[in-house]
Amino acid sequence: MSAIEETANEAPAVEAVPKRAMTLGTGASLVMLALLIIGPMFVKNFIVFQLTMLLIYALAVLALNILTGGSGQFSLGQSAFYAVGAYTSAILMEHMGVNYALTLPVAGLICFGFGFLFGQPALRLSGIYLALATFALAVAMPQLLKLGVFEHWTGGVQGLVVTKPDAPFGLPISQDRWLYYFTLAVAIGIYIASVNLLKSRSGRAFMAIRDNEIAASAMGVDVALYKTLAFGVSAGITGVAGGLGAIAVQFVAPDGYTITLAISLFLGMVVGGVGWLPGSIVGSAFIIFVPNIAEGISKGLSGAVFGVLLFLVIFLVPHGARQVAIVAQHMLGKFRKG
Amino acid sequence: MELFINQVLAGVATGAIYACMALAVVMIYQAIDHLNFAQGEMAMFSTFVAWQLMQWGVPYWWAFLLTLAFSFAGGIAIERALFKPLAKAPVLTNVAGFIALFAIVNSVAGLTWDFTIKQFPTPFGSSPFLGSQLISTHQAGMIGVTVGLLILLYLFFQFTRIGLAMRAAASLPESARLVGINTSWMIALGWGMASAIGAIAGILIAPVVFLEPNMMGGVLIYGFAAAVLGGLTSPLGAVVGGFLVGVFENLAGTYIPGVGNELKLPIALALIITVLVLKPAGLFGRPIVKRV
Repeated sequence: MSAIEETANEAPAVEAVPKRAMTLGTGASLVMLALLIIGPMFVKNFIVFQLTMLLIYALAVLALNILTGGSGQFSLGQSAFYAVGAYTSAILMEHMGVNYALTLPVAGLICFGFGFLFGQPALRLSGIYLALATFALAVAMPQLLKLGVFEHWTGGVQGLVVTKPDAPFGLPISQDRWLYYFTLAVAIGIYIASVNLLKSRSGRAFMAIRDNEIAASAMGVDVALYKTLAFGVSAGITGVAGGLGAIAVQFVAPDGYTITLAISLFLGMVVGGVGWLPGSIVGSAFIIFVPNIAEGISKGLSGAVFGVLLFLVIFLVPHGARQVAIVAQHMLGKFRKG
Repeated sequence: MELFINQVLAGVATGAIYACMALAVVMIYQAIDHLNFAQGEMAMFSTFVAWQLMQWGVPYWWAFLLTLAFSFAGGIAIERALFKPLAKAPVLTNVAGFIALFAIVNSVAGLTWDFTIKQFPTPFGSSPFLGSQLISTHQAGMIGVTVGLLILLYLFFQFTRIGLAMRAAASLPESARLVGINTSWMIALGWGMASAIGAIAGILIAPVVFLEPNMMGGVLIYGFAAAVLGGLTSPLGAVVGGFLVGVFENLAGTYIPGVGNELKLPIALALIITVLVLKPAGLFGRPIVKRV
């Protein structure tokens, strides 16, 4: 057996996405924003809650997208960072009485550190090995959160109950609606920052590493630094999403952050289109609503329906929502000319 | 000292389970260069087929053989229908495909056979083996079958035409095609064999962990740990890794204070990460050198 693998035969880990193709145009962005602002005014509180979760998962998918679509590294362990963020927020709010909004940056920072540190050993791994290591992290996390040592802080198996914040300044809107707009503001801020990050020098370094690590290091990119940095940024954003999630659900418990969550986020990224940031919200919609639809089609076979839908996406639109968007754009272009 | 020996023996017995699973994982990794996350679910499904056959009154060994044939054909069918079109797709798409397969198989099994725990018979009996309280005859039989399977696989890959062709197709597909090997079918064959080995693992494990749709969850993770420890490219490594993980798990549970049952899983995972970081090729694997 030859020990040399031909790189030419290898399928790439992640397909290269040009930088310009990673974001939406100004017009489309504004329409999307208007929809997100006006939409929730006319629906019931429960749907507002679901929309809040949609934004929160979109943030987490976006974080994974920066890691995978940006720097070409895998992670099946995002649920671990999400859990750390959620617990940080919950503990700060419930044990120390910190204001909910202030807990988010702390959650982000702690997760950034955690992700940066986890990125160190992950540096030596690539492709499927990295997927396996992060998978291990995600599986271990609920067990670690249940540990007796931390029980005073984490509440052990029982978890912690989080109080839902009221709207400030006596605004006459319900808690759910206020939380939605708060989440939306955070999400928009992070989205803009992410777009700018990918356009910056660091973003170009990420993409150079993704496309060819050796060439990148030959050009003077500090591969180790930028790879761990990508992990840190991704974990940090996931942590903020986790914190928001804890506030929205009003509850944290170890079994809420199992490998299933990590897999959902991963699927969200694939469905939304790897490396296409606006796709994150489509992916998030897929992981929130499709299981419900699947359950509606057949209760006993919901898993199978979900799997079949996923296969359909993989076969029909392998580039996820990005592909749909591109096709739509072409059609629109033709329509205008014709 | 006696405690130590007992724990090692018990570890070897559970290790046999992991070794079986790791063997199936490595087989498919060899054939397609991917870790099949649905491997455990496929094995679970095969085990249910065997159980169903026995419920219909088919004798144990006939049911065993029929299940192997079914799993082999099933593995090939899945590859032809679902994963052959994805051969050139990025790794990411493949992983998503495995997850979809996982969801489908788990859900179909749950609907067909429901989620209640079922007893599964063993052909070896469950009396103490050679007067030892720790290893039952079933566990001894399991170790025997695993080792036998390993020897058969070794002979197959070393001395048969088709085994050599499979190795060639896996290591240098381009050149293999040039000498007339149908590489595409070799991959399908790899799926079939991995699926059949998974079925054997499932049938051996079922009497110990009982039969239900989620029985493979924990086992698969230990199987991955074993495969990584032994080296993803080496069937021998997978089996040795399986026994080592079993022993390590038991000894850690006995001697490291604070490691009870609740921490056994994180221990396996810490092991995966440690091995990946210190020696990514595993104990018996060959390091992969990339040509630039």
